[in-house]
Amino acid sequence: MDNENLKNIITSVIPECEFSADESQFLNVIVKPEEFRKLAEFLRYDPETQMDYLFCMTAIDWTTHFFTIYHLTSSLKNFTVVIKVKITDRENPNIDTVCDIWKTAEFHEREVYDLFGIKFNNHPDLRRILLEDDWVGYPLRKDYKDEINIVEL
Amino acid sequence: MNFNIYDFTEFVNSIKLWLNSVLPPAAADIAGFVIIGICFLTFIVILGLSLVYIERKVCAFFQQRLGPMRVGFWGTAQTIADIIKLVFKEPLISKGSDKFLFNLAAFIVIIAPFMAIAAVPFAKGLHVLDFDIGLFFITAISSIGVTGILLAGWSSNNKYSLIGAMRSGAQIVSYELSVILSLLTIIVLTGSLQLSVIVESQRDGWWIFKGNIPAIIAFFIFIIASTAESNRGPFDMAEAESELTAGFHTEYSGIKFAFFFLAEYINLFIIAAVGATVFFGGWMPLHIGNFEFFNNIMDFIPPIIWFFGKIAAIIFLIMWFKWTFPRLRIDQLLTLEWKYLLPINLINLLLMALVALSGWHL
Amino acid sequence: MTEQELITNIETAPETQEYFINMGPQHPSTHGVLRLLLTLDGEIIKKVEPHLGYIHRSIEKMCEKDSYQQIVHLTDRMDYLSCHMNNEAVCLCVENGLQLEIPERVKVIRTIISELTRLSSHQLWWGVMGMDLGAITTFLYGFRDRELITDIFEETCGARLTMNYNVPGGVMFDIHPNFQKRTKDFITYFRKKLPEYDELLTGNVIFTERTKDIGYLSKEDAISYGVTGPSGRASGFACDVRKRFPYSAYDRVEFKEIIYTEGDCFARYKARIDEMWESMKIIEQLIDNIPEGEHKAKTKAVIKLPEGEYYQRVETARGELGVYIVSDNKKSPYRVKFRSPGFSNLSALDTMARGNKIADLVATMSTLDLVIPDIDR
Repeated sequence: MDNENLKNIITSVIPECEFSADESQFLNVIVKPEEFRKLAEFLRYDPETQMDYLFCMTAIDWTTHFFTIYHLTSSLKNFTVVIKVKITDRENPNIDTVCDIWKTAEFHEREVYDLFGIKFNNHPDLRRILLEDDWVGYPLRKDYKDEINIVEL
Repeated sequence: MNFNIYDFTEFVNSIKLWLNSVLPPAAADIAGFVIIGICFLTFIVILGLSLVYIERKVCAFFQQRLGPMRVGFWGTAQTIADIIKLVFKEPLISKGSDKFLFNLAAFIVIIAPFMAIAAVPFAKGLHVLDFDIGLFFITAISSIGVTGILLAGWSSNNKYSLIGAMRSGAQIVSYELSVILSLLTIIVLTGSLQLSVIVESQRDGWWIFKGNIPAIIAFFIFIIASTAESNRGPFDMAEAESELTAGFHTEYSGIKFAFFFLAEYINLFIIAAVGATVFFGGWMPLHIGNFEFFNNIMDFIPPIIWFFGKIAAIIFLIMWFKWTFPRLRIDQLLTLEWKYLLPINLINLLLMALVALSGWHL
Repeated sequence: MTEQELITNIETAPETQEYFINMGPQHPSTHGVLRLLLTLDGEIIKKVEPHLGYIHRSIEKMCEKDSYQQIVHLTDRMDYLSCHMNNEAVCLCVENGLQLEIPERVKVIRTIISELTRLSSHQLWWGVMGMDLGAITTFLYGFRDRELITDIFEETCGARLTMNYNVPGGVMFDIHPNFQKRTKDFITYFRKKLPEYDELLTGNVIFTERTKDIGYLSKEDAISYGVTGPSGRASGFACDVRKRFPYSAYDRVEFKEIIYTEGDCFARYKARIDEMWESMKIIEQLIDNIPEGEHKAKTKAVIKLPEGEYYQRVETARGELGVYIVSDNKKSPYRVKFRSPGFSNLSALDTMARGNKIADLVATMSTLDLVIPDIDR
């Protein structure tokens, strides 16, 4: 299946999504947090897509908004989709978890929570994973300040 | 004073006579005890040190390396240096541990092999305790050691130690059965538990050769079971350093750790000694029936060399196991004992009885 | 009493209490500073909860301040046993972003050294695997052979473990004149020695008893947890990046993707042993055909990636390493994410270890081949 077909399929589920395939080697889909869970379930369980392998999950802080980024592929079919979820709420960012769909997301979501402070609704065990439990702040946010540990050049 | 390296009876008697001639009878007895005690303590320390050195070298050669090389010639003084270090280390006691039991455990563990070693026949006449239940005494006394291990695990206030101790308890109690049954198989032939009698009965050939197939089966079971009983690899469940850090002696340091360490090696020696005595004729040279010429040549080699040679061979075999095999899991270990070794042993014992009754042995 | 009655009796009669044990951060078989909080019932594992981050160095944060050349050096410190592949991943990603044409010689050299790194990593894993199961001798055997590879590395680039041999555009120096001869000597030597590994461990009854049907991971779980590398392939998940998305010179060599379907510790063990044979095959195909040419393409002193996102995956000794670089056309990246194989592999540990014994957990962990800096980053 090529990217055009994939686009059509995704548009049939989520009509209001943006595509951008020019700047990356994969097909990028930008969706809203409310619609994300629906798209994820569709891509995982639909017999045409069957995207059962979430090979990378992370987030980016674009200072005005966050993107959580899901790299999805299928172990049966050879195509890749990158779902980007745009979260505009910086104070209390939250998004639905997908760790019941892809189990690997459990750790990756904890990591994103740890480093970006994005909360995942319904996550079974949302704690900090890499940093200490009493760490203040979210280090991978661009406005994170740590005058002791980070030496600015 | 008549000193004979083939028969120590006169030598021992002459010491006794001399003691009695210079001291009153009671004092002579006490002096005798003290001399024996000092001899054994020295022997055990030398034994422990040399076994640790041998183990390290043997293991190193199995692993294609050299082992300790720096202290002394070919690293011979390494273990002495280690002992000095252990003696001067602080004996730490972890918080919340039962101090009395914690200290007691190390002593119980070391007392057991100390007592058992008294009944080992080193050569003709060189034998401290030679009563008619000698073999029973050794097996009974050496199983006291498990109480020490259990206490050590319990009193350390450490879950790893406790798991190690519980494993060790289950393991030693089970494998005790196989050790005793495999020894009983030979007792059927000797008809006596007295170690000197057992040795004497092998004057025309060792039981492993004379006892037909059941004796060989019994020896294999004995080696497996006694390796397990002494907590050595591949049965070192109680220590299992990759699972339980160091098992029951995790919390011990300094001289008390040295006790556990020493006890393991003396146990190894006792196992080898019992095995050598029961299956390989103890200090008895290799004799073949009434083949006088061959027997006379063999008799030239002193019994004490025969004895230690056999022990060295068995110890080498046990070390070979340890450095080759992976460790079993605790349930596999107990399965091996209760489902395989014990039934085989019981059948083997019956078979031996049949052999003895029919006179199929030599 | 029937068997069913017996089971219910055992379940109901005695009160048992679950307890916790901290395995690590200092523990011989966690291979580093990993802490596992075990919930145990006797010796049976009810739950494994990994606590990470004891050597978290926030490499991703550091990358946001560093130039692209500097990032390469940080990746060595993640999975130190497959350092060359880590470097290669970043370099390929940057070269991909720059649309840089890489000399053929570089591709072949990178592939050969990657496979040597994989061999050395698997040798160390084999030794440690044996040691975790109580066969200490294997450790020394594994190291004996690994030493020869590190010697080759030392001659090639001066370092034995964290090599830093890759730079964006190529490799730092050309190969040593002895490189081909020594590598060929090593392959002939190791072809004789690898069967020794099988003799010592694979055929051993105790070893097979300890690993067969232990730490089972189904194919569905492997995919869902993203367990890749030999661990994933032992569960039947065809995830070899070298086959699926060939990079460097992997598109021109013949090799088999090792796939087992059993999904237990023994399958994972066999997968790695077989992978060593395949690695030797790859090296043998390439070692005599290293093309002449430059060892490095010309790059600018300050690399600026065009705005955009770049994802590159490589197959390290532990699985799929993904490098995700987001650039905003400055001299350092806007965001870097390393999808490390160990992190995902570890997440499956709980599923694999439940219901087994402590000793099985050790076996399971060592067949997952965890490298802690790779997990914590």
